[in-house]
Order: sequence, then structure tokens, then C-alpha cells
Amino acid sequence: MSGEAGGIVARLRSSPAARRVAVLVIALVLIALPFAITQAGTAWVRITNLALLFTLLALGLNVVVGFAGLLDLGYVAFYAVGAYVYALLASPHFGLSLPFWVILPIGALVAALFGVLLGAPTLKLRGDYLAIVTLGFGEIVRIFLNNLSRPVNITNGPQGIARIEPFSIGGFSFSQNESILGVMISGPMKYYWLLLAVLVLVIVITLRLQNSRIGRAWEAVREDETAARAMGIDTVKIKLLAFAMGASFGGVAGGMFAAIQGFISPESFVLVESIMVVAMVVLGGMGNVGGVILGALLLSFVPEFLRYTVEPLQKAAFGRMIVEPEVLRMLIFGFALVLIMRFRPAGLLPSAVRKRELAEIKP
Amino acid sequence: MSLLEVRGLQVHYGGIRAVKGIDLHVDQGELVCLIGANGAGKTSTLKAICGLLPAAAGSVHYQGGPASGLPAFRLARAGLVLVPEGRGIFGQLSVEENLAMGAFAREDRAAVARDLARMFALFPRLAERRTQSAGTLSGGEQQMLALGRALMSRPKLLLLDEPSMGLAPLMVAKIFAVVREIAAEGVTILLVEQNARMALEAAGRGYVMESGTITLSGPATELLDNPAVRTAYLGEETS
Repeated sequence: MSGEAGGIVARLRSSPAARRVAVLVIALVLIALPFAITQAGTAWVRITNLALLFTLLALGLNVVVGFAGLLDLGYVAFYAVGAYVYALLASPHFGLSLPFWVILPIGALVAALFGVLLGAPTLKLRGDYLAIVTLGFGEIVRIFLNNLSRPVNITNGPQGIARIEPFSIGGFSFSQNESILGVMISGPMKYYWLLLAVLVLVIVITLRLQNSRIGRAWEAVREDETAARAMGIDTVKIKLLAFAMGASFGGVAGGMFAAIQGFISPESFVLVESIMVVAMVVLGGMGNVGGVILGALLLSFVPEFLRYTVEPLQKAAFGRMIVEPEVLRMLIFGFALVLIMRFRPAGLLPSAVRKRELAEIKP
Repeated sequence: MSLLEVRGLQVHYGGIRAVKGIDLHVDQGELVCLIGANGAGKTSTLKAICGLLPAAAGSVHYQGGPASGLPAFRLARAGLVLVPEGRGIFGQLSVEENLAMGAFAREDRAAVARDLARMFALFPRLAERRTQSAGTLSGGEQQMLALGRALMSRPKLLLLDEPSMGLAPLMVAKIFAVVREIAAEGVTILLVEQNARMALEAAGRGYVMESGTITLSGPATELLDNPAVRTAYLGEETS
């Protein structure tokens, strides 16, 4: 950053009052944002909500991968667990209709339990080996969801679960459009604000975790496990805690996903989703909360922007479609990923540790 | 009773018996060395003492209580601290963060801050490089960092695994000077070394380990004069 922008950042750093004003402005912009996005169509509010969900997921995975250094390629399993917990407890499938503020904590807890379930047998594994086991774990969960329709129908198999109830408190439903004081408030907008609130909460939790004793213990485990134990760190507990904590964030995100979509099936929880979340964390900057958020937003929005721009651009340039938009979109997207990793190997916003490391490797 | 009492300790890796039943003890305030060739079982012994490896047989008593079966982190919190072979520093963390990590289990912040200042006085090189990431330090500096980090936990018994490994002779001498200094301050040390001469010159007592058993033991000066030790470990011709 240079010139004007650098000056502003420096002034923000030095003055707490200026910082407070900046936070307030950013908060107001974020709160007002859906009104602007709605102008582009409610679909874009939905896309934004999905991006926020993925940001939640990326922040959760960042605890496991970025903080504790445990490469997890099956993270979507916890997302799935959270989603199915919500779906089963608030849909006609079992005829249950629990309120969301009861189900979300249950979902987080069950997901955390699954996190420990994955963590416990893999305590001695690291790096590639752990990645393979977690990948298998993610697939196992998906296949279970696909097949737990017989002999007792629990998950309804590949048909998935439909008519999942939206969040509601009293008579206030998050899915309905309504007009308050003449202002049109759509369902997705309400979810946007809810997601924003949850996201802020999760950001605060992760930042505090990172600077806590637990965060330092994760750092030690990531660097050298034997040495960490020699420092008096209970590595078993601390690794399981990372798995459980990361999984619980995924569980909450899953529950919200189920409510927002109203329908879920095992197809939503395939390996590619896990890979995508890992890519968000790595590309944004492993271990750096700000970087991970940026990575998640970019990787969520860029493909959507391409979806809407690739077709008109081709038509304008060549007068007709040459390459299928879906193909071209993913091609550009993949190419962009390669370029980013080539020129910013530590991610867009690397964590202080990674930045230092890479700077010193250069001769 | 001794601070550390090891009886009939055996360590196995599958069918391979690395340590075949050894007895040793370390008294409060002593600097004891365990010397031997590569593969004699020295590191396995240390790891079994501090709980990183399970003992196949025998017992380890620390501070009068049984230590075998306790996880390494509990023993570390009780002051039995290992400086692992190859140093095991946190390469991506800064020098200062590494030292702070040594005090992980301590609550007394003011005392920790004082100890940090003490470490920088003891190792001026580390003070110069306090914000640098530890992975960029030279081997000798890394060893000093590993020692400093271990001292930050206020150990009662320090287990040093080959602190001279891979270091230039001048640096080896420096490290040993520091080890002596630590011992003079009253920290009990069990030192494992291949560099038998340096170890025996620093230590009060020594044990010689050969393929999983202890073959000789006694005051360090006696071992230095022992003809068998002189030929096998000090590289001297005895006629």
C-alpha cells in the first residue's frame, strides 16, 4: 500500500477514535449492503449469503489447518452433519419442528463430536497421511448419508430432505418477504444479517483463540509436536480441541445452509466442496483470519461473476458462443488460482509467521 | 532418594530391543553424562525417562514418585524437561516466541518476564536475533535457543540429548560452557553425548552405554582415565 491509502492506514493505526469511526462506517456499510445488492437482483443476495456461509466454513477449517497445521480434506463432512441435524429436527421427515436456536447448538455439538471421532484415530498422523484419512472420512460421511435410508429411513438417501423449515422466532420468519415502514425486506436479506452477525461472532472467537494459550499451543504443535510435549503441552487434547472447534463452526454453517436452502441432499457435500474450502484457506493466507475471509469471498464471488459475464463477453467479441460458459468459467477460475499461488505463494494476505518465513528464504 | 532413579529399564521397537535393562540414577544438583556410540540406546533411554516412549520393562522414579506411564507433558510440567536431539525448535516462530513457549505451563507472568530477560543476558546472540524466526539461526544458535527455551520452564531436571551434534568445535565448546553454567546455577542435568571427552570433562559422574546396556559407570575423572574408555571413546592409543 502506498501514498494516500498508506496515510489513511497509518492514521487509523495511531488514533483509536479514528479507528472507532472506521469500524462504525464499515459496520454501517455491511448492514446497508443488501439494499444495494438487491438492486442487482435477489439472486445476488442469495449468492452473497452462500459466500458468507463459505466464509464461515473457511474460518472453521482455518482453525484446523491454519492454526494447528492439520490438513483436513474432509471438512465438508462437518458441514453435512450440521445440515442434516438441522434438517432432521426441523422438517416433516420426522415430523419434528424444533426452534433453530435449539438446533444450531445441537448441530455444533454433534459436529464437534464427529470432529473428535475423526481426530482420535488420526492423532499420530500428519501431513499427507492425515490428508488421506480425512479425505476418506469425508467420503464415508457422504456415503452414509446416501445410504441411511434403509432398513430404517433416517436420511432419506439420495432424494435428500425437503421442506426444511426456515429460521423463525415467534411469528417472525426469516424466509418471508415483508415490508417494514414501506421498505421491502426480502427473506435472503434477513438471512444476510443473521449470517453477518454469526460471522462477526466467529471472527471474534477465532481472533481471541489465536492469541490465547490455546492458540500458542496449536502453533507449537504445528511446528514440532515432540518439542511441544516437552514444553508441557497436552498435544492430544490440543489437537482434538482443534478438530472439535473447527468442526463445530462447520456444523453451525451446515445448519444455516439447510435452513436457507430448504432442501439438502448428499450431493451438496461432495469432495469438491472440501477442496474448495481448503483452497479458500490456502489462497487467502493460512492462519491469517483476514486472509481467509478474503480468500473465501473471492472464491465464492469470482465464479459467480464469471457465470454472468462470460456469455455476454463472448457474444460481444465473436458474435456467438464459442466455448460453453460453464467450461470457460472454471477454466478462467482455475487459471486465476494457479497465478495467485505462483505470485503469492503464502496466500493473498499471509499470516505474520508465513510472511516472515518466506521473506527469509529468499536470498 | 535420588531425583531420578531408573531401574531395569527396557525399551523395545517392535522386536528390536534398544535398551536392555539399565540402572542409573541422578542426584539433586548433579551433572551426569551418558556416553556411547551411535545406536547404543542413549536417545531411547532419554525418551523413555521423559515419557515420550513407553518402557517395555523396568521403572523410572522422579522426585520419589513413579514416572513410568505418565505422559510427557505431565512430566514436563513437573520439571522433567527434555531438550530433544536435533533441538526441536519452532522454526517459524521468532526467537522470543520460542522462549515464551518454554514458559507455556507457567502462570507467574512477572517471573516469566524476568526469566526472559535472564535468557537474553545468558545468550546475547539470542537477544540480537529476538524477532528473527528461529529457523534462520545457525545450528549453534538454535541449540542455545533450545537450551534457553527449556530453562524458561524452570526445570528441576534437564535432559540434554546431544547438544553438540552437528556443531563446529568452537561452538561445541561454547555450548558446553553454557551447560556448565546452567549446572552451576543448581539445575540437575542428565547429558547424553557422543562427544565423550567434552561430556566427561563437564560432568561429575558418567555412564557408558553399549548396545543397550550400561557397561561402565563412575566418577567422570575415573572414566577419563579408564583405558577402555580412552581407546573406544576418546580415540587414544593405549599401550
